[in-house]
Amino acid sequence: MNVMNTELRKGKSGIKLKAASSFKNKSKRSDWFWGYLMIAPTILGLAIFYMWPTIQTIYFSFTKWGAFGNHEWIGLENYKQLFHDPNVLKAFENTLIYTVITVPVGIILSIFIAVFLNQKIKGVSFYRTLYFLPVVTMPAAIAMVWKWLYNSDFGLINEILRSVGMKGPSWISDPDIALYSIILVAVWSSVGYNMVIFLSGLQGISKTYYEAATIDGAGPFTKFFKITLPMLTPIIFFVSIMSLINAFQVFDLILMMIGSTSNAIEETQSVVYLFYQNAFVLNNKGFAAAIAVVLLAVILVITAIQMKLQKKWVHYE
Amino acid sequence: MSRSIGVKGKRINWIIHAILIIGALIMVTPFIWMILTSLKTFGETTQVPPVIFPKKIQWHNYSDVFGTLPFLKFYWNTIITTLAKTVGQLFLCSLAAYAFARIQFPGKNVLFILMLTVLMVPGQVFLLPQYMIMVKLGWLNTLQALIVPGLFSAFGTFLLRQFFMSMPKELEEAAKLDGCNHFQIYWHIMLPLAKSGLIALAIFTALWSWNDLMWPLIVNSSPDKMTLSAGLASLQGQHLTNYSLLMAGSVLAIWPMILVFIFLQKQFIEGIALTGSK
Repeated sequence: MNVMNTELRKGKSGIKLKAASSFKNKSKRSDWFWGYLMIAPTILGLAIFYMWPTIQTIYFSFTKWGAFGNHEWIGLENYKQLFHDPNVLKAFENTLIYTVITVPVGIILSIFIAVFLNQKIKGVSFYRTLYFLPVVTMPAAIAMVWKWLYNSDFGLINEILRSVGMKGPSWISDPDIALYSIILVAVWSSVGYNMVIFLSGLQGISKTYYEAATIDGAGPFTKFFKITLPMLTPIIFFVSIMSLINAFQVFDLILMMIGSTSNAIEETQSVVYLFYQNAFVLNNKGFAAAIAVVLLAVILVITAIQMKLQKKWVHYE
Repeated sequence: MSRSIGVKGKRINWIIHAILIIGALIMVTPFIWMILTSLKTFGETTQVPPVIFPKKIQWHNYSDVFGTLPFLKFYWNTIITTLAKTVGQLFLCSLAAYAFARIQFPGKNVLFILMLTVLMVPGQVFLLPQYMIMVKLGWLNTLQALIVPGLFSAFGTFLLRQFFMSMPKELEEAAKLDGCNHFQIYWHIMLPLAKSGLIALAIFTALWSWNDLMWPLIVNSSPDKMTLSAGLASLQGQHLTNYSLLMAGSVLAIWPMILVFIFLQKQFIEGIALTGSK
């Protein structure tokens, strides 16, 4: 009786177990089914339009293209040529100068504006809207209006300088300063974007830190450097990574403001502009692919360095 | 004592306002100059010293732009592209993001890491082969060339996954007991909860799509399939120095997005701030 009972119990729990595991199996199978089904469109799309093209571009960088879409393997020839081509080296130098100035200046400026907007003053949302306008404006239009403002004969900027008795330079046709004129536009158009991110970061800093600091007799500068800045470092880190990647890909402004016929193009053309010219204007596709691969490598290295360095200066709560 | 602080505080406030106003002027002047120039005659734009306000408002500059290039077509192409990309990405990215965040299946982590690598690669690396795919499909000078590659986004999937990850497990367990399948949970429970993430993604996609220049320039060279951005580039190519016309074209290209921004300001600001914190 007892034995039977335990047998029975065993049996019952066995059935239960079986039922549970078959339910589990069924739900597992359903999980798999839905999982694959739901990621399928995006994964397939990314594979076709992004992952496979990456591999193809790397392959193309070892080939030379003929006029009719035929291409042959030439090994490292494109890379050798690339590192000896003064135009390419100049383009990397230009891009580097552009990035090294645009990113820090943009970040510092937008932190200051965000700090000002975070005070208890009237009209915050009004200012915020105005500073944000360039962010929602297409770069092609921004480039055109600035080209017009920079115009050396009839541009507004030189007119203003003339009215105070100064002679303005040829902002975008003088090879010595054209790159800096573009940098100015880049900073102008990105400040609003970064400012919004910093402003929301500032609003997230607890008031108690500042209250405690006030009791300790800290002035506004001490508060800024000892509380605000350290608390913002995770956001500064995020913004600097995004801005660096963006800056390295500058293209629209150079295409629209300088253009291939300008005297200043060699002193201003960026890596991506050079890529575009080689790939789609000069039909130098293998060489263009090599440029893209080097750009990828540079971005990966810089991001990796930033990731490494972040431990030294980014402050996580 | 407290009065002196008040006076000091007031003075500091004035300094802050002064700085912010100068900054705001620098931000806005190009836009005002764009509009003023677009209403002047060609002669007025090249006068020294400059004319600030046009003597007579030249509305015809705008109709001239429509006369030189099919701007109505540009609007249509840009709107359709932006809408299709935005709606498509919202659906496809959220679908994949839900699966990556809430369902266990073999190979998930490998696929996710593979997707993250796409995020790191600059767009130019894809461009050549993407262009060749378009050539092979015979899609040059079509709207689908503008739309289809932009339907898939590693960024969007990653962003929304962060949202779905943070939702409590109890929600879907209750729904599962009620016999809901994953699609039903995703559609009825998770999507409404991820609203702020969806809005952020929609804003980003719409902005990028509206403003993008290189891809439309590459795939669509025939004027009736151009977007506003590429259209501006070709307007500049045709009328290099006629700035009243070029500025009219610029105004025409940027006002819809600015209008949308002014109406949905809160969503724009919150959406962008959100991506900074995720």
